[in-house]
Amino acid sequence: MHPAFRLPLVVFLILIGTFVLRLVTVWRGDVGETLPSAVALVNRQVPPFALPALPGRGRCLRSENLKGQVSLVNVFGSWCVACLAEHSFLMALKESKTVPLHGINWRDTSAEGAAWLRHYGDPYDRVGTDADSRVAMDFGVTGAPETFVIDANGVIRFKHIGPITSQIWQAKLRFLIERLQHEES
Amino acid sequence: MTVEFGHFSLILALFVAIVQAIVPLLGAQQGNAAWMALARPAAVMQCVLVTVAFAMLMRAYIVSDFSVHTVALHSHTAKPLLYRITGLWGNHEGSMVLWVMILSLFGTALSIAGCKVPIQLQARTLAVQAMITIGFLLFILFVSNPFWRLDPPVIEGRGLNPLLQDPGLAFHPPLLYLGYVGFSIAFSFAIAALLEGWVDSAWARWVRPWTLAAWVCLTLGIALGSWWAYYELGWGGWWFWDPVENAALIPWLAGTALLHSILVVEKRDALKKWTILLAIMTFSLSLLGTFLVRSGILTSVHTFAADPTRGAFILILLAITVGGSFLIFTLRAKKLKNSSLLRIFSREGSLLLNNALLSVMMATVLLGTLYPILADVLGIGKLSVGAPFFHRTVVPLAIPLLIIMAIGPLLAWKQGSLGRERRNILFRRVWPSAFFATITYIFMILNRESLSTAVGTGVAMWLGVATLLESAERVLLFRVPIRVSLRRAVNLPRAAYGMTLSHFGLAVLVAGLVGATAWETEKSLILQPEESTNLAGYTFTLAGLQSVTGPNYRATRGTIIVRRYDDKSIAILYPEQRYYTDPPQLTTEAAIHSTGMADVYVAMSETENSQQLGVVVRIYYKPLVPWLWYGTGLMALGGVLSLSDRRHRAGGHPPPLPFWGYESHAPCI
Repeated sequence: MHPAFRLPLVVFLILIGTFVLRLVTVWRGDVGETLPSAVALVNRQVPPFALPALPGRGRCLRSENLKGQVSLVNVFGSWCVACLAEHSFLMALKESKTVPLHGINWRDTSAEGAAWLRHYGDPYDRVGTDADSRVAMDFGVTGAPETFVIDANGVIRFKHIGPITSQIWQAKLRFLIERLQHEES
Repeated sequence: MTVEFGHFSLILALFVAIVQAIVPLLGAQQGNAAWMALARPAAVMQCVLVTVAFAMLMRAYIVSDFSVHTVALHSHTAKPLLYRITGLWGNHEGSMVLWVMILSLFGTALSIAGCKVPIQLQARTLAVQAMITIGFLLFILFVSNPFWRLDPPVIEGRGLNPLLQDPGLAFHPPLLYLGYVGFSIAFSFAIAALLEGWVDSAWARWVRPWTLAAWVCLTLGIALGSWWAYYELGWGGWWFWDPVENAALIPWLAGTALLHSILVVEKRDALKKWTILLAIMTFSLSLLGTFLVRSGILTSVHTFAADPTRGAFILILLAITVGGSFLIFTLRAKKLKNSSLLRIFSREGSLLLNNALLSVMMATVLLGTLYPILADVLGIGKLSVGAPFFHRTVVPLAIPLLIIMAIGPLLAWKQGSLGRERRNILFRRVWPSAFFATITYIFMILNRESLSTAVGTGVAMWLGVATLLESAERVLLFRVPIRVSLRRAVNLPRAAYGMTLSHFGLAVLVAGLVGATAWETEKSLILQPEESTNLAGYTFTLAGLQSVTGPNYRATRGTIIVRRYDDKSIAILYPEQRYYTDPPQLTTEAAIHSTGMADVYVAMSETENSQQLGVVVRIYYKPLVPWLWYGTGLMALGGVLSLSDRRHRAGGHPPPLPFWGYESHAPCI
């Protein structure tokens, strides 16, 4: 047997091994939610922070803004295609006035972040800019987009990794938010 | 009842496929002609049964039978008939049934049209084909069964995803599957050839039309998907290097390489092991794409309902199919002997180079797509690989590929080295393209375009001119009287025209890609009613805003009048923003006016108080975007033309010598 002929098989076996490992992770929960960084902050108080506003937009984002009512914090960047994918859902969410949505503009220049919002529409109530990931790190952000559900006491109750679609909204977020809003009142 | 009938029919198809996978294979091993002959009727039977199942499922969608689980989830009575039908494959379970139906249709086509194929090879090929069918039927019946009933049935369905109600998306999956599944024929032929231990030019002639057909469908499928993203998502882009898009592009690159390496097997009886490996890889990569999209291990813009159980099942399927075929390759490939050596300055040499570049390109895209997973598993950290990576890696590979593509067809087969005479001929044929390419390049540089734009347009010009010249050379245009040229043109095989069209189409596509990337201008601003703005020589006036109410949405529709300098109105565009209520979803309906050379693309979104404050309008002027569709269209057309060549028609070529000992031809039905 010529050793070169074995190469495709070997490469393929390595790939399969990777997939199996990855699939096991997915199986144990949603992608990433089993990573220590992802679960660590759930059911903990939001870390104290204050992020400057985007140029021309007023309304900065501080940890105090996340108390008093149930809210969502969405991590986004103008460089992130998946953020664009969930963007239309976020716009509809804003329109429905179900829950206030704040944004953390992550790993982005504030000029580009602001331009992105002007360009595609702005679904957020408050937006803080976090170019050097200082706050994102405290939140345990692993990628964009990510969305945190924060209850009226400022405690992180859930974290969703990846774009939000209507299906995910129905399956994971809607009832949690309604329940939290009910608890609050 | 009909639903159960369909379900039962699918189970029967599984048993037929099991018989089809085992008996003909044993027959081929032991030389039992009767057992081998079973393959063809079994393939037809299996196809009939799967088609019945498909039809029954389709009936459930058409009459809105909400006692069926998948119909209740994915259909709705308010949907127009067309989208109720196409809704069948708009979801995971239904699309798998479509997949299997296409697979069995290909099997039947092979058993009917492939009647010149020696019975032993045909029996083995159909048996391998049946094994793939078994895998997918098990997958459908056990973990993605679309026939399960819902008790009690619901009154109204839940599936009214507005984004999916679109002609582009309705026909995108079937075309894509025709492409993916079509490559299964090349795969089965490759495995059968490995089992038999021979590959020759006759084998190549049998495989090539199937590969070509699959390639045409995949090309159109990818183009249609891209077109859909372009006008429906309203982002103004057409390719995002998203995992789902890459999942289709990777087999396309492999399939393109396969298409060219088969030619070398056919003409020169060389490159056999590589071709077999490519045939296996092309289909394996199609399977891998399916796995990636449906298992949820990659986060993508296009979310499919991901389910780890299904992911595990497809992974096992993938491991058996691909692992098994690579194992067979490892054990048997040494039996395939090439009868000639490859020389670099020949047609086959340039095809080899093209294969190498295409394969590296394919591996790069694959690596870029899988890297986030690999990095995560290896603990390097989570990261995403975006468009900049792909641009930086794919473009440098594409440029030499395009340059070689222009020279390859000018070289003769089987030529040893470039002697003086041949060098002169080559030079005479190449210099006009080099001249035009240089002119284009200099023109671009003088126009202060970026280096990449200059190189890109130069290369597109090089390929386009060289392709047309090669055609002209074939009919000896201007070197013999024009009548003679015309006669030669009429007698030229269609495959030659096919190649010219496809290569020229690629030149158009490349020009479109470069132009659309470099010269796009855009503007986004707030417009109040009756306000105007200018972009790229057009004036855009927001003539009015209306509220529109649809069946399940309300929308704001803008009326935008587009004028040129001469003040003539050239188009009235109606971009919309729609709010769907339950589930909440907002869609941007972009409005596009195409001049044939450029697109004017307008999307609109509302502000807090649109009537008073105005609306946010995004205007793009996109030159050469229509060229993307012309280019891919020409490429596919070239494929179809080549497919209609006499050489490829069933029975058109001389029967191969029956040296394998059995009755060489199955009777044609």
